Amino acid sequence: MVTNIFKSIFNFYYEGFKNLTSTSRKLWLLIFIKTGLIMTVLVLFFPNILWQYDTDEEKSDVVSSSLLNIK
Amino acid sequence: MFEWIDMSLVDWSRAQFALTALYHWIFVPLTLGIIFIIAIMEGIYVKTGDKKWEKTVKFWMKLMAINFAIWVATGIILEFEFGTNWSNYSWFVWDIFGAPLAIEWIMAFFLESVMMAVMFWGWWKLSKEAHLRVTWATAIGTNLSAIWILSANAWMQHPVGMAFNPDLMRNEMVNFWEVIFSPVAMNKFLHVVSASYVYAAAFIIMVSCYYLLKWREKDFAKKSIIVAATFGFLWSLVTGYTWDIHAKLISEHQPMKLASMEALYDWWNGIGLKLWAYFGEEKSKWMPEVSLSPEIPYGLSFLAFSDINAFVPWINDILYRGYTNNAWEYERPYIERIAPWKIAIKALFDYKQAKKAWNEDLAAEKLALFKANEKDFGFWYFDENHMEEFIPNVPLMFWSFRTMVWAGSLLPILFLMILICAYRDRLEDKRWLLKLWMFTFLLAFLWQELGRVVAEVGRQPWTVQNMLPTKVSTSHLNVRAVQLTFFLFVAIFTALIIAEFKIMITAIKKWPKIDEK
Repeated sequence: MVTNIFKSIFNFYYEGFKNLTSTSRKLWLLIFIKTGLIMTVLVLFFPNILWQYDTDEEKSDVVSSSLLNIK
Repeated sequence: MFEWIDMSLVDWSRAQFALTALYHWIFVPLTLGIIFIIAIMEGIYVKTGDKKWEKTVKFWMKLMAINFAIWVATGIILEFEFGTNWSNYSWFVWDIFGAPLAIEWIMAFFLESVMMAVMFWGWWKLSKEAHLRVTWATAIGTNLSAIWILSANAWMQHPVGMAFNPDLMRNEMVNFWEVIFSPVAMNKFLHVVSASYVYAAAFIIMVSCYYLLKWREKDFAKKSIIVAATFGFLWSLVTGYTWDIHAKLISEHQPMKLASMEALYDWWNGIGLKLWAYFGEEKSKWMPEVSLSPEIPYGLSFLAFSDINAFVPWINDILYRGYTNNAWEYERPYIERIAPWKIAIKALFDYKQAKKAWNEDLAAEKLALFKANEKDFGFWYFDENHMEEFIPNVPLMFWSFRTMVWAGSLLPILFLMILICAYRDRLEDKRWLLKLWMFTFLLAFLWQELGRVVAEVGRQPWTVQNMLPTKVSTSHLNVRAVQLTFFLFVAIFTALIIAEFKIMITAIKKWPKIDEK
């Protein structure tokens, strides 16, 4: 029963993608190209500052030192 | 004290975010609105059984799919930019901002994507009635996913339902429902989606007018115009009504935004609703000479508070003098709100130092001092000698608001005109009206984009109103990297927009052939 449901869902999507019109193919190609370009720019030029720290305490220390920069 | 703030980095980060948001917002509202118009048309098809309506639905669905493909990945950039360009901001708000955004992602990716696939590919697998239900579910799901991101944005304009955690230096959500269902969030959602419906209706009418100008698809175009113009007209009234509520909420929660929209520098430039103004050279420290214009007497008081005698504070009241608001409460001027925060922020700094030194008594004392002055966190970052930093760009706000209002007033009239002509079957005789509608879409586009400008520029200098200034929200990035990527995104967006417009125009020019038997 469950296998049949998954099989139907798979077939639905498989047939949908298989029978794409030429316009739809172009659109999917554009979506892949632009997602690739965007991700490349983001990964190459933008380090995610806080991801390099493991704990919330470390992250909050970084933000605190920036926001409470009292001299 | 603030030498560490690189304003060039802040400005370029803002420019990059504005560029991405405005590009994204060209297409998102079209999807939000077109899907409902399609659902209505499909309802007519199911009710009448007329195959022409089925073809009409499929044609508009195709244009919607193209539009959807245009914007589908650009939202990802915005979400990444929170973490990359605005890491201080992200940390400061993520406990609140993260939940609605995560729900939006789940809804967008699972509900919307699944329903859309069934809607596009389910024509031959479902009954007419079942397909109609799927189309309506897609329409509702798509619009509901917007509620989350708009609630998050509304929270930035009017932060509620949270508590500041001094140990982790961030705001934490204490009441989810207060965040999602605050009056500002609910009204913002209704205002923005209703404006999106108007914009989408304008798009459908523009394409239909193009066919009529080319003497093609008369019946299809006329029927599409009747549905879209009725939809657009009704929702333009809702947009006007929700704007009225919005103006009142702004008056209450963001008086500086209202003052900048109206160029209310000081008593010398009046309290009526100005029709236009000329901004000349700087008259004093930061106030330009503003030549007066004809104005609607008492108009602003009525707009803001539904009371012609209500007091509307000027920029100088908000900054220096203070004022008694319309609930008879005294509002302290900003200049007075800076000083206590210098004590409080020092207390927070000392608290964190004491915690690190394991001095619990001192930490408790400093924390109590901090808590006593907790409200309006962000004022510390400003300087009494640079009060102009509190003022958004007044000429930009003034003209964006006015253009938005003029355009918003014209749109219902234009919808009504074309609707009447369509009902009387006089569309083809009114070539001037068809041509006018080719430009009306651009007016609707400008109208809804300026709405974003008024909302976001008017919130400046804050990312989170009264709590976190924009200038300290950014990550410590190399400004050259941000400049370079700004221009890279300009190039990518331009190339994409050309490619995608070409696909859209080709699809429109390939006649739908609905009127042919």
